[in-house]
Amino acid sequence: MTIDANVFIGQYPFRYLPHPDPDVLVRVLEREGVEGAWVGHLPSAFYRDPYAGNDALFAALDPHAGRLHPVPAIHPGWPGWERYLREALRRGAVAIRAYPPQWGMGPHAGAMADLARACGDDGVPLVLTTRFEDPRQRHALDGAGDLSGAAIRAIARADARVRVLVTSAGRGLVEEVHWGLTPSERSRVWWDISWIWGPPSDDLAHLLRSVGADRFVYGSGWPLRLTQTPRANLALLPDDVIGLELASVANLQHESNTSN
Amino acid sequence: MAADERSARAPLAGGGPLVDAHAHFFHSRCGRSDWQAPNESRLAAGERIGITVHIASVLGSWGHTSPIYFPSPRDVSMGNDEMLSIQAREPGRVRCYATVNPNDTAHALEEIARCAERGAIGIKLAASRRADDPLLDPIAELAARLGLPVLHHIWQHRTREWPNQEISDGVDLGRLAARHPRTHFILAHIGGGGDYRHTFPAVEDLPNVHLDISGSGVDRGMLDDALRAVGAERLIWGCDITMETGLAKLWALEVIGLADDQMAAVRWRNAARIFPEGSLPGIAAGAAAHDAAQDAATTASTAAP
Repeated sequence: MTIDANVFIGQYPFRYLPHPDPDVLVRVLEREGVEGAWVGHLPSAFYRDPYAGNDALFAALDPHAGRLHPVPAIHPGWPGWERYLREALRRGAVAIRAYPPQWGMGPHAGAMADLARACGDDGVPLVLTTRFEDPRQRHALDGAGDLSGAAIRAIARADARVRVLVTSAGRGLVEEVHWGLTPSERSRVWWDISWIWGPPSDDLAHLLRSVGADRFVYGSGWPLRLTQTPRANLALLPDDVIGLELASVANLQHESNTSN
Repeated sequence: MAADERSARAPLAGGGPLVDAHAHFFHSRCGRSDWQAPNESRLAAGERIGITVHIASVLGSWGHTSPIYFPSPRDVSMGNDEMLSIQAREPGRVRCYATVNPNDTAHALEEIARCAERGAIGIKLAASRRADDPLLDPIAELAARLGLPVLHHIWQHRTREWPNQEISDGVDLGRLAARHPRTHFILAHIGGGGDYRHTFPAVEDLPNVHLDISGSGVDRGMLDDALRAVGAERLIWGCDITMETGLAKLWALEVIGLADDQMAAVRWRNAARIFPEGSLPGIAAGAAAHDAAQDAATTASTAAP
């Protein structure tokens, strides 16, 4: 079963997105032959307080339960975030999103490590976004910059139960982080394939050979990016890696330390 | 899966001719030991996608002995020789642009004439000089005389200077195109970085400017906006250095719902119209076969109860 692990609903502040709605998303997934999606709420990444966005996300996805799986955002610098995390999990969150660059949190933000540990204790992965747009086209007010390798490594090292999915990373960031972690640490970090180049540089093929297919999940970046891109990328893989099975998002979840 | 088994499968981009008007190749003097790998990968991926012709350029030494975007005259000629050699080795599927640096104007003009004589079918201008600079006028005039389109590297919305290149945007190219209405310009890679929405209004009223949809950018809405601005008759398909995004855009155009003749325009007809007549191998035969198949399909569907 293929799940698109990098999907949002809602508008983006810096350019107009056509139809970023759950109903359209369901039709797009059907067209692409993708059974479901982990869905975040795009405006929440730019809210100082993302919790109102979580309510909107749960309400919008409710009619599509079983197919569109909510991934709400938790801001660990906000008072009471532990309570919001418990509530999000109670309402069916399959993972938790956080946006350290957009929230002004650097690589050594202790609060982000706290959130990663709490997610690990609850058996859900933390989803991080490397970038929403190509750096060459960003709005003058969009000064957050890309998620850094140092930030990802710090989160992965926060605790042995931490599990991290990094979306929209390119080959350079994947390699910097993967080979900058111990085997145990890197076994708890996954990447989506939405921003990894295919031929002729064949970055995706290289990473599947070197880092391993079990570290990658299917992802598109919809509604910011075309959903056809990961399918095209997989179809163009060279003979020795085409058909390799990517990781299932189920691998990212593990038994909870606590009862919800 | 065996390689011959894969190449025997239906092309991923469907049947009919397909021209990649924005491709690149490497060579043994570009400073990278693996230069053959991306070349072979491009051709292999081209077979899987169903690319009939790759129209390609080499930018000098690719930065090895002079800068990519400011190549020396010696490297310009060397790169063009390498590109012409690739075309000679792959006559059935590769055609080439003559790349020039307008700062060495006399050399640029001689190089265009030399390469055209040897089979180049277009001119490639990168980021050596701003597109609206008068230095480009004699090149644009020569292009019109020789009937060669000009593929111009574009940064979609120039908001600052970037190191190692003198970038141009749609407004800059538009000024050049307005001065040379008989010359066809291909505005490079609307998905190649920058804000493409700035480009569209800058060139929508210039019928001699065609938008190449190549580049790594796959923003939703980009193709819809491009179609609204210039129509399918001025869009040209290409990949540049990410072929999976080229394939994804073709699939996306199908979802947008282009009519068959509009898809054919983007896939190959627009290119066939602006490149010298008969210069694209396999296009005439492929087009005839595709049209016959389309006619047969139409007849069958109208005859069905």
